[in-house]
Amino acid sequence: MRRLCGALFAFGRGRSLMRLQDALEMVALSDSGVLRGHNEDAVFSDAALGVAILADGMGGYNAGEVASSMAVSRLSAELGSVIGSCLSETRHGRCDAAVIERHIVNEVGAANFDIFNASRGNPRYSGMGTTLVLAWFYDNRVSVAHVGDSRVYRLRGESFEQLTRDHSLLQERLDSGLISREEARHSDYKNLVTRALGVDPTVDVDISDFDVQPGDLVLLCSDGLNDMVDDHDIAHTLQALGRNLPLAAEHLIQLANDNGGRDNISVVLVRVLGDYAAPAGWWQRLLARLK
Amino acid sequence: MAKLILSMDGLVLKEIPLNKERLTIGRKPFNDIQIDNLAISGEHAVVVTILADSFLEDLNSTNGTLVNGQPIKKHFLRNNDVVELGKYKMKYMADLQAGAAASDFERNAAIRSGSLKMPSELKLTPMDTITRSSVGVASQPKPPMAGPAAAIQLLNGPNVGKELELTKTLTTLGKPGLQVAVIARRPHGYFITHVEGRQFPIVNGRPLDAQAYPLGDHDVIEIAGIKMEFFLRG
Repeated sequence: MRRLCGALFAFGRGRSLMRLQDALEMVALSDSGVLRGHNEDAVFSDAALGVAILADGMGGYNAGEVASSMAVSRLSAELGSVIGSCLSETRHGRCDAAVIERHIVNEVGAANFDIFNASRGNPRYSGMGTTLVLAWFYDNRVSVAHVGDSRVYRLRGESFEQLTRDHSLLQERLDSGLISREEARHSDYKNLVTRALGVDPTVDVDISDFDVQPGDLVLLCSDGLNDMVDDHDIAHTLQALGRNLPLAAEHLIQLANDNGGRDNISVVLVRVLGDYAAPAGWWQRLLARLK
Repeated sequence: MAKLILSMDGLVLKEIPLNKERLTIGRKPFNDIQIDNLAISGEHAVVVTILADSFLEDLNSTNGTLVNGQPIKKHFLRNNDVVELGKYKMKYMADLQAGAAASDFERNAAIRSGSLKMPSELKLTPMDTITRSSVGVASQPKPPMAGPAAAIQLLNGPNVGKELELTKTLTTLGKPGLQVAVIARRPHGYFITHVEGRQFPIVNGRPLDAQAYPLGDHDVIEIAGIKMEFFLRG
């Protein structure tokens, strides 16, 4: 049995698999905007892990920065070690996606509790909170976890789609048909979020997964981008400049600033360069061979 | 504060400040605004006000509620909307100043989860809003910028003489995979930047670096062997 496994394993190794860092290009950029003196957004990206995180903090003084950076640093460290270990050689680069997704939800919950406690324990941080979007790329898919009104979009050829649905008062009004998209564009209350990390001891996290193809571009952004620049212009910029990711990120921020730059602007861009199917397990290879 | 101005046959009857979250209108006496007229249902309509936004909902009244001549069930009130109930008219006047002030301080606020009811019930009660920032003005996207129009004209190659208007925010030039540059149309001018390829664009005989370069009238650009002239219109 042991020898058989070894043989099968050797067979599976024959397929050449792209490593995540060769299949994904990531760029993260954040700017305080035109009107704000400081930046309350926080971003993280690591192509080798396949993880991108963006948080938009809120709260007086610098509390917003504290909340967003607590969320990003905690999640990047925790997920870095868990995903890093399952991607490592000893596990043959295989993760159980369902287990990792549960882990992501738990970790977001833990980060929420941390921020909630910090805001309770320190009057300077009272009332702080943060939005969160987190994208995990694995096995030709992306899992997206989100809380609040930061967004994830996917550009595939001509089609530019928003993958997240804002947790905001405006979105709820839109959903219930109370106001039209046109009215929503002119609402004064764009930024009232109905969910955020750090506001309550527990938080509802939305997580879903989407397929990803080589050539796709995935954008994570704070509302400083999508409030200032309409989706059409964002898509146009990605289509025109997607082959130069750092330039595309710079141009998005520049567009938001040219249109007024009223809030902090953050973007994380992920370009899918190639297939990144996970290596198959030994029994999958056995099944494939017997077929 | 926003208000409704109640009138009939052009005669102003009453000014109604929208200082309550829920303001009921009907024929029966318990309504906040009682209109004792048979065309008005006992419980005719309700105006729900959240911060500076007001919504009008018809409560399945017999004769209905019109806004600007159209029958409505639920309606997001805009400044100067005219609401009609039977022979009565109510003009909605938004308090634009308060709206702006509120947006200065209350934009970017979070509502504690759990305190929100479904908007379909029209019972939104945002409590404990926390201030996400003390900066901010009404966040309407700006209209397209109104800089001078510009174009480029090809000076050689098979399409010599052809002109290309620079109307979009970004116009890409060159051959993908070989050499591509982009001209960005910005409020304060036109900027050319290298996008991809080993060769960088040449402007007036000098190769660019990775930085964006502001284009001047009659600058000559060379990309992938094609020369073109940038010029401002009129």
